[in-house]
Amino acid sequence: MYPSRFEYDAPKTLEEAIAILDRSGGEAKVLAGGQSLVPMLKLRFASPERIVDINGIPGLDSFRVDADGTLRIGALVRHEDMENSALLEKSFPTLAGAASLVADPIVRVRGTFVGSVCHADPQGDWAATMVALGGRIVAQGPNGRREIEMSKFVLGPFVTALAFNEIAVEAVIPGAKGTARGGYLKLERRVGDFATASVAVSLDMTGATVNRAGCALAGVGGRTIDANEAISLLNGKELTEANIAAAAEAVAEAADPRTDHRGSADYKRHIVKTFVTRILTGIARTDQKAA
Amino acid sequence: MALDELKIGGMGASRRRVEDNRFIRGKGQYVDDIVLPGMLHMEILRSPVAHARIKSIDTSAAWEVPGVRLVMTGDTMAARNLAWMPTLSYDTQAVLATDKVRFQGQEVAAVIADDPYIAKDAASKIIVEYEQLPAIVNPMQAQDPNSPLIRDDKENQTNNKVFDWEIGDKSATDRAFADADVVSKIQLHYPRSHPSPMETCGSIADFDRATGKLTVYMTSQAPHIVRAAVAMVAELPEHMIRIVSPDLGGGFGNKVPIYPGYVISILASILTEHPVKWVEDKSSNLISTGFGRDVYLQGELALRKDGKILGMRMHTVSDHGAFFADAQPTKFKIGLMHSTFACYDVPAAHLTSEGWYTNKAPGGVAYRCSFRVTEAMFFQERMIHAAADDLGMDQAEFRRVNLVKDDMFPYRTAFGFLTDSGQYQKCLDLGLEAIGYSTFAQEQEEARKRGKLLGLGISTMTEPLGAGNSREYDIIGIKMFDSAELRVHMTGKAILRTGAKTQGQGHETTWAQIVAHELGIPADDIVVEEGDTDTAPFGMGTYASRSTPVAGAAVAMVARKIRAKARKIAAHLLEVSEEDIEWELGRFYVRGNQERGVTIQDCALAAYSNVPDGMEPGLENNAYYDPPNLTWPFAAYICKVEIDPETGVWDVLQFVAVDDCGVRINPLIVEGQIMGGLTEAYAMASMQYITFDEEGNCIGSNYMDYLLPTAWETPGFELYEVVTPCPHHPIGAKGIGECATVGGPAAFVNAVMNALKHTGVRNVDMPLMPNRVYEALQTGKDVSGMPPVKAG
Repeated sequence: MYPSRFEYDAPKTLEEAIAILDRSGGEAKVLAGGQSLVPMLKLRFASPERIVDINGIPGLDSFRVDADGTLRIGALVRHEDMENSALLEKSFPTLAGAASLVADPIVRVRGTFVGSVCHADPQGDWAATMVALGGRIVAQGPNGRREIEMSKFVLGPFVTALAFNEIAVEAVIPGAKGTARGGYLKLERRVGDFATASVAVSLDMTGATVNRAGCALAGVGGRTIDANEAISLLNGKELTEANIAAAAEAVAEAADPRTDHRGSADYKRHIVKTFVTRILTGIARTDQKAA
Repeated sequence: MALDELKIGGMGASRRRVEDNRFIRGKGQYVDDIVLPGMLHMEILRSPVAHARIKSIDTSAAWEVPGVRLVMTGDTMAARNLAWMPTLSYDTQAVLATDKVRFQGQEVAAVIADDPYIAKDAASKIIVEYEQLPAIVNPMQAQDPNSPLIRDDKENQTNNKVFDWEIGDKSATDRAFADADVVSKIQLHYPRSHPSPMETCGSIADFDRATGKLTVYMTSQAPHIVRAAVAMVAELPEHMIRIVSPDLGGGFGNKVPIYPGYVISILASILTEHPVKWVEDKSSNLISTGFGRDVYLQGELALRKDGKILGMRMHTVSDHGAFFADAQPTKFKIGLMHSTFACYDVPAAHLTSEGWYTNKAPGGVAYRCSFRVTEAMFFQERMIHAAADDLGMDQAEFRRVNLVKDDMFPYRTAFGFLTDSGQYQKCLDLGLEAIGYSTFAQEQEEARKRGKLLGLGISTMTEPLGAGNSREYDIIGIKMFDSAELRVHMTGKAILRTGAKTQGQGHETTWAQIVAHELGIPADDIVVEEGDTDTAPFGMGTYASRSTPVAGAAVAMVARKIRAKARKIAAHLLEVSEEDIEWELGRFYVRGNQERGVTIQDCALAAYSNVPDGMEPGLENNAYYDPPNLTWPFAAYICKVEIDPETGVWDVLQFVAVDDCGVRINPLIVEGQIMGGLTEAYAMASMQYITFDEEGNCIGSNYMDYLLPTAWETPGFELYEVVTPCPHHPIGAKGIGECATVGGPAAFVNAVMNALKHTGVRNVDMPLMPNRVYEALQTGKDVSGMPPVKAG
């Protein structure tokens, strides 16, 4: 596998990196974990003139929860850091559920959360969790920083709202106001496979009542499917069997799958429905037991 | 005193693989590791379409790229009469396309440049104008009289048929069906798969104009066949050709054929007078080199009410791609498909086969199997499973009724094979006990209450491993015997060379163990070398589980020749007549006086320093071994699965493997072979296939689409052994490398089918992806992997 010729830069500061991107006029790509970019280079699906390696820039690996419960994930936080983190289990169960299902353990060592979101693959796991959790991307360019709502960040398959001279420096995910509940389920043909269908659900709950429900899907449409509206019928309600069934039905309706060698559209829709039901039923059962 | 055989690493020692010392240190020498002075690099431009006439090729822009030395097209090859080459199945294959391209990924042009980056850049600048033709992607389309003729290059070829072939006794089989109480039928697709060795194919051709010698380092499982073929095709003198197959990163049958890339690199070296390296990338390997399987299997059993099989009919429709390049013995157009049902007592059988050209990559290699035996045994065990269900008989009992009994050996099958040994019932019973067969029904019922479906599947089979004998088995006329050469040095250390070629089987470890067993020389004192045609004795290479049955036998035989000479030397040293010499492991002694003896090492020293009058000095010899028969290992694989009916996802709860491969040289390596084979079987059953869209685009050109199982999803396997020595092999061994790949898939599929039994579903074609299982559960109907055929 021999990529096309490219220039390689390893800047030591963000400002320097942004200046290089700015000078390159859209012909440069940022390299973080490289788990999508490097295969694309090798296959010559991508032939940028310049690679800007941000791995030497200090501070981008910060991974913390602010006092108000907001989670901040720096551009160099690896999937593995997420998987091994004790931060997520209690406060961000949707992320905790997805962490061990992203790609395979080898990719998880190197690949980054923010890089995966920026890759904007319709089958990407993290993008779905970001949509379900109402996350934002912090982009830094020559004129400073701006925050982009996840729902406005991904414009289409492999296309984001990032300008050519901006770097996604951080993902920001608000914490739950009440109790955080959620989960992530993925049907894959093999570990490391992209999702045939996957479902991210996040609930912000008070007692048995859902304050805000979030949901997004991967693998079942030309882009990450934003199912927040579909699942919003749970808002203000309890997780009864009937409410769960209605939510699962509504989310499955929001999916836009295509028939291919991974299965028929109907099958994928059915999997979405089954997974939403399983996540919500699991939460209801756990909470019942706890009560 | 005689040596302790296990201590010297002899037969039965689970010796660690000596080759792993260099592999785990990254010190292996693969083709791509070899760098020769002045070496150039070659990139092949491949067809993006499956079927098209080539209107023009413009290479001018490629020539202009700095660092490009040569750009080759079909015309370059044709000028040397090399645009086409013979295949291993007496067909022809395009080296670089001249008239048409016939599959996606076919070789169209090649660039030779100073480095591989330049070669790839320049290849992308070649402009080929294609006039697209309809693509034929399955045999059903190929049969349509209105479909385009793929092989319009062949005189007298008026349709897309490759061959018709049949074997067996049709009238006796017809009579069996006329007498049957029950006729059970099945129709299956064994999908196309790819052996997918970790190391792709490649070569470095180095033609030396000064000496006239051509050296080719290449990824070949059978370097001597290549030397013979190059001599014939390129019309070069055989003594001026040296083929070196260095360390191989797996083969699995993929490295048996001769690929266009090898031939192009040879001509490129002749034309540039530089060594030329070609190493294909993973996608090229997947889309253009020898695939496995791709056969539609249908058949029926004539059954008596009590379960006795009276007769078997089978028909196969195989998809060979654009060139008939199967690697198989000449006589047998569909390989050893007729080994099907060899472990069952079937009085009458008849097999008909038809092969078709399609616009897909050629190959039909024996992917970890002895020439289509995988398909034969998969059909057999799926048929057996369906027939037992049709009869309402227990799966184990139905097999017991029909398995060949221990006292029936040697047993002549209806297709004429001679199976010579085995304890089939014992293996089956051992497996059933290990999996808890007697309590399974209860377990299944309990699972149903939890909302899960449990299934248990059995696969029992014997398979023909270790071709030849040379009377019946040849490849392009070269007889399938094998060879070994042993040189014992003065200090009693030795070098052994064989005509086989290890590619992960561990020959460097096990061959030394055979010598240790025969001569008492510690295995650590023996180095094993293979793969260089200038030094290794002539042999047919390693595939079809033939190394131990054939080359391994030759190793034992050459060691015995050495021992015979050493005995004469011992008599001389001990000053007694040869008749008074006795042997124990590692040592000769005088009969009646065991204290008085000499070691094999003493004899080795004397062979070079103190031979008796009239004896040639030295202690070396060779042996060519032509096996009297195939070897017939037996296996019982039993699998227990649990299905989640809401998703169709199935998990393996337990897998029991009972293998009887005769005497085990190195149990550790045997177990490794079985584990690896079962993993590949699981892959085929669950996820692994190469498919094509209607335009002939290959879906499966990379590892995100062509799935190889990883350690994370591969189930655990429980291994058991039964030992029935092979009666004709010098050390009683049988082949083992492929048993699990061959017999394994049906165990997984039968288990899933068993779990679906209540729905009336008889078959779901592989791979049993969750969506297929779910569809079967929902519809209660079979799920066919057969592609939809467009009308007209």
